[in-house]
Amino acid sequence: MSTRGGILSAIRANQPELTVLPDVEPLKAYANKENLLAQFTTIATNIGAKIYEAKNLAEVKSVIQNNFGADVKIISTISELSDIADTKEYLNDLPVQLADVELTILQSDLAVAENSAIWITEDQMGQRVLPFITQHLAIIVNAKNIVATMHDAYSSIGITTQGFGAFIAGPSKTADIEQSLVIGAHGPRSMSLFLLTGD
Amino acid sequence: MSTTSTKDHAELAGQFNADEQRVDWHDETLWWIRQKRDKAVNQFPEWELLRETGSKIKEHTLSNLGNYLEAFEANALANGITVHWAADAKEHNQIVHGIIKKHGVNRMVKSKSMLTEECHLNEYLAENGIEVIDSDLGERIVQLAKEPPSHIVLPCIHKKKEEIGDLFHEHLGTPAGVSDPQILAETARQHLREVFLTRKIALTGVNFAVAETGEFVVCTNEGNADMGAHLSEVHIASMGIEKIIPKREHLGVFLRLLTRSATGQPITTYSSHYKKPRPGQEMHIVIVDNGRSVQLGRKDFRNSLKCIRCGACMNTCPVYRRSGGHSYHNAISGPIGSILAPNLDMEKYADLPFASTLCGSCSNVCPVKIDIHDQLYKWRQVIVKAGYTTKTKSAGMKLMQWTLSSPGIYHAAGKAGRMVMKYAPFAVNNALNPWYKQRDMPKPPAQSFDEWYKKNRGKK
Repeated sequence: MSTRGGILSAIRANQPELTVLPDVEPLKAYANKENLLAQFTTIATNIGAKIYEAKNLAEVKSVIQNNFGADVKIISTISELSDIADTKEYLNDLPVQLADVELTILQSDLAVAENSAIWITEDQMGQRVLPFITQHLAIIVNAKNIVATMHDAYSSIGITTQGFGAFIAGPSKTADIEQSLVIGAHGPRSMSLFLLTGD
Repeated sequence: MSTTSTKDHAELAGQFNADEQRVDWHDETLWWIRQKRDKAVNQFPEWELLRETGSKIKEHTLSNLGNYLEAFEANALANGITVHWAADAKEHNQIVHGIIKKHGVNRMVKSKSMLTEECHLNEYLAENGIEVIDSDLGERIVQLAKEPPSHIVLPCIHKKKEEIGDLFHEHLGTPAGVSDPQILAETARQHLREVFLTRKIALTGVNFAVAETGEFVVCTNEGNADMGAHLSEVHIASMGIEKIIPKREHLGVFLRLLTRSATGQPITTYSSHYKKPRPGQEMHIVIVDNGRSVQLGRKDFRNSLKCIRCGACMNTCPVYRRSGGHSYHNAISGPIGSILAPNLDMEKYADLPFASTLCGSCSNVCPVKIDIHDQLYKWRQVIVKAGYTTKTKSAGMKLMQWTLSSPGIYHAAGKAGRMVMKYAPFAVNNALNPWYKQRDMPKPPAQSFDEWYKKNRGKK
């Protein structure tokens, strides 16, 4: 018998009698839907993200221009930012060629209040490695797209057919040395979140 | 241990206990993490329902595991992933080696995977001339120290920053005496960035594998799994058969449970959902049994397969906190390791189920409600019946049985014990009494309860 067949038949011989799969729906009833923006902001700040409320892309752009010099490599998937960022060329690069990117600006359609995680799909990343290899990460999300819990988040995501997606919560970090928190492990050293509050 | 020559938990814990200050620091650090866990979970009135739901989803999955694994495989194949099956550690290592050989390289970067620790993959590949660099900071530190991880979530929790500074000075060229975590972590970032950019093959673990979609989810705070995987031309993901969950919506339950239980964080920085290889990239999944299907058949112990590897049982365990992860001489230490290990080798790990006070704290914090302390107790019965206990333990148990079987002998023994401890404490406070190690014997009471009762109540 093949290894596969052997493993599967051992499992079938040993697995217990079928039990019922529980419903996750009752968990949604506990969600705190009051003031999602405030919940989200508190947790995001606690885990080391910088929060900016902005009315529109022009405000986002001015914050970025104040925080980053004109001489650094900035990449964005948002075509409206083509005057401050590379929005096209980077798509032809090999992932390793993105090693010198200083700032990456992405857009998300979904944020979660209970843990301040942002859902980003492969399309929104441009290249999969970008949100990880960049020294600094900025994500723009509409405040209307904040949901209460992870249950609501997965209801909203459904079963997308994209090849890759990630929840990202704050900058990369480690506490492996004596439990001392260090921001900027292997991924971004900072994460700026722009919450669009305009119409 | 009856026949093997390896040191058992008590002996290894004795070594760890030689440095009392370090034990106190280790104990306090882990308890602080346990308290962070409490603070995080107490915010949610639905926490117990969440645990119950998580536990029941895993229970259901185990009861239909064959079908879910086949569904996962079919969906992963349709997504363009190559799926391999490995019956044991050796086959897993051979498959991984085969993939590396096929690509003609001799080095690989690896993010955290307790399964590859269990399989001793790094040693196997080293014997075959392949260099593996562990990219999780804690794992890289223990790798440089030529030690195994001592905790599944916090691999170098047993190390002081000065020791890490010495390792970095020797291997990564930091100035001697530097132990600032900020500087050490930055050094590791620069060192590992070079590794990520130059390795063609990356191996990651798997936290959850979704049958419905054929995707797998990897959770890290450092971003090391993603850096390795997205920069590689070949991504290999190793998973045990028990990592399967039925549907994507179940990730909502487990991602809420995992890090709050582990460290009190609301979620890991990255929860990455790998479904298809990047265009031009090769993606492999190795599905490993290595004794899990046997454990599935052990009614009393199958619940251990629900484990999501959060480490909460270790952080709370009074024995783990004071004996250190290495005293468990197994890839997975602590209470959960002690119920998983005897399934792999009952004789070699016969000591582990006894390395517990059976206080039940592990079961109380387990996010998927594994009855850990009950299983520890049950393993003891199995191990004693199979004859794998030490001679001293068996002799002690026989003496205890004889004493407890007769009220006369029991009372005489109690009186003798109190006399000895009162008038000749040196007879028990010495190296021949294992209980005396790192502990003081209690003060003996003046009389037994029976004597007290006869004197004060017996007259009436």
